[in-house]
Amino acid sequence: MAIVKATINGMEVEVQSGTTILEAAKKIGVRIPTLCHLNLEGTGIVNRVASCRVCVVEVEGRPALAPSCAEKITNGMVINTNSTRAITGRRMAVELLLSNHPQDCLTCAKNLDCELQSLAQELGIREIKWQGEKMDYPIDKSSFSLIKDPNKCIMCRRCETVCNEVQTVGVLSGINRGFNAFVGPAFNLDVANTACTYCGQCVAVCPTGALTEVNDVGRVWRVLNNPDKHVVVQVAPAIRVAIGEMFGMESGSVTTGQLAASLRKLGFDGIFDTDFAADLTIMEEASELVHRIKHGGRLPMLTSCCPAWVKFFEHQFPDLLDIPSSCKSPQIMMGSIVKTYYAEKKGLDPKDIVVVSVMPCLAKKAEATRPELTKDYNNDVDLVLSTREYGAMLKEAGVQFDQLPEEDFDHMLGESTGASVIFGTTGGVIEAAVRTAYEWITGEELDDVEFHALRGLEGIRSATIKVGDMDLNIGIAHGLGNARKLLEDIRDGKSQYHAIEIMACPGGCIGGGGQPYHKGDMEVIKKRQEAIYKEDRSKVRRKSHENTEIIKLYEEFLGEPYGHKAHELLHTYYIPRETI
Amino acid sequence: MKNTKGKFVDLDTKKLDIEKLKELDAYIESLEDKEGNLIHVLHKGQSLFGYLPENLQLYIARKIGLPASKVNGVVSFYSFFTQKPRGKHTISMCMGTACYVKGADKIFDAFKAELNVGNNEMTEDKMFTLKDIRCVGACGLAPVVLVDDKVYGHVTVEQVKEIIDKYRKED
Repeated sequence: MAIVKATINGMEVEVQSGTTILEAAKKIGVRIPTLCHLNLEGTGIVNRVASCRVCVVEVEGRPALAPSCAEKITNGMVINTNSTRAITGRRMAVELLLSNHPQDCLTCAKNLDCELQSLAQELGIREIKWQGEKMDYPIDKSSFSLIKDPNKCIMCRRCETVCNEVQTVGVLSGINRGFNAFVGPAFNLDVANTACTYCGQCVAVCPTGALTEVNDVGRVWRVLNNPDKHVVVQVAPAIRVAIGEMFGMESGSVTTGQLAASLRKLGFDGIFDTDFAADLTIMEEASELVHRIKHGGRLPMLTSCCPAWVKFFEHQFPDLLDIPSSCKSPQIMMGSIVKTYYAEKKGLDPKDIVVVSVMPCLAKKAEATRPELTKDYNNDVDLVLSTREYGAMLKEAGVQFDQLPEEDFDHMLGESTGASVIFGTTGGVIEAAVRTAYEWITGEELDDVEFHALRGLEGIRSATIKVGDMDLNIGIAHGLGNARKLLEDIRDGKSQYHAIEIMACPGGCIGGGGQPYHKGDMEVIKKRQEAIYKEDRSKVRRKSHENTEIIKLYEEFLGEPYGHKAHELLHTYYIPRETI
Repeated sequence: MKNTKGKFVDLDTKKLDIEKLKELDAYIESLEDKEGNLIHVLHKGQSLFGYLPENLQLYIARKIGLPASKVNGVVSFYSFFTQKPRGKHTISMCMGTACYVKGADKIFDAFKAELNVGNNEMTEDKMFTLKDIRCVGACGLAPVVLVDDKVYGHVTVEQVKEIIDKYRKED
């Protein structure tokens, strides 16, 4: 590719043709403020609509300022990123955005996490010069997962890009034109009436408070302070490698011990690990895979841990509902076991138990309300908090997370293996399943448990694993657009896989819609992934079927994996849904 | 199904006229690139049905394999498309700069009063829909009113009733 030369702020820069001014400036250490722009490298999440005009720069000899995020460098360009004209233009773009933006920053859910707010601060804006006509749209609170407040929307289109181009869900689109334009579902429908999967990636990329999660913190405080309730909590694998970021710790810090300690500080009656339930999922899922392979069942088998993925295939591939594993997700499995086995052991009435989950995910909130995931009119899981909400609860309670000693989870449902930890990253569920399926199919011990062929961050990956005399073909996809490609191959009869793992979010749960905001920095997600594998390596037991509390659970309560009782408690079914 | 304003949105595609749908289907089938011709399909739909109700937009979206949100985005962006039924005649008041300076707003008000409708509304007898439009490029004739495809130039407030009566008499 051709090399082009240009000058930025008096410095020479040489880049490949096709490079944007913004990328070239970054290369030589010149930072240009941006707002609508987003590029999560390696995930396909790129928003380059140049709608906000915050990144404008001056190009010598041109009458108009150029949006540096979209404008490509050409030979001989002389660029000035901080001339008076560029700065004035940039500042005016932000001032105009603020002219009709609600000014309730102090009480906004995005306070201190808002990119528009940071920008106003960075540019030193001290007054709202123009008071424009304000928008007056109803706030969509129809779902259990997310809240859409179009009045705070700055039309950056990041959510629309993610929903359409990355996830291929197609729920959000720009509707109307000019001042009346907003981003929303077709016909301005309530999001609960659409094919939204609640993956929450729109929330993860929204720069302002236009898209946020449903806040369940108050409900959790209330049950914690109700003496008649026995409140147990579970935390997902991906929380321990991300929550530290909210307390000034480095991305990728492993904080499993502090997490258990913090839950105890808040007064939960049982402190359990969703990792335990992830090991349980593997017992069931690997059994189902082995069963399908040995008895000529439907292949490939698809994982079913991710509730956004489940809702996606119910809407988009209602003809393929026999393909995914029938296993409930680890979160729901934990709820089922708490309300049965644990209740029995503790002599508690399941109606008095409240199961709270801390999840990196917003779809988990909606999942917990699915009618088929209740037993005897009791929800398996009652309340779901995102990583962000849990972090906020700790701050509210004055718990200094980073200063906490390391503690362990409560036992009975607290032990976990390395196999369960890696559920938090793309490729992890299938690697965990292979570790167990390998030993069950061959009857031999697996020496090297690390399957590097299954790891990485490419959107679609595949590998063939030798299991005895059998070649086990595995596919992996993260991001629902990538999942769609694998599903279309299955529909067309072109798929050669035995098993496929799918996670809706970039990187898997580590990049979930409920995690601390990455603000477009892919390094954060990479570091969380490294931390997950580090935690796996630190575990004595690294195969799910070696978890002693799991073995005990089957001996004392469930019987055989994939057996009758397991089916009743740990498996579910799917519902064909329409696409709107 | 409910929208965010609490309004019922009818998405029942079975309520659409089958004969008209057959013609629309045949048109869509004749297109090689269905997605790329969305706007043409919408034109066809509007000419057949008179307007593009929500259930027709959903029908078209499913037929050509696009999300309904995209189709609704296009329909709501272009002022040519209408999501509400239109009267037999559409009266369009040009609100471009030249027409505005020449008193287009006063003429528009006169139409509203005479027809007893607001902007983008249809008269009770379903004869007229009144709407404002952007510059039609006939600034020399400002202020300009269009009734369907016919252009009326240098329109005065006094002429408003005259124009309306002309169409009322024809029918």
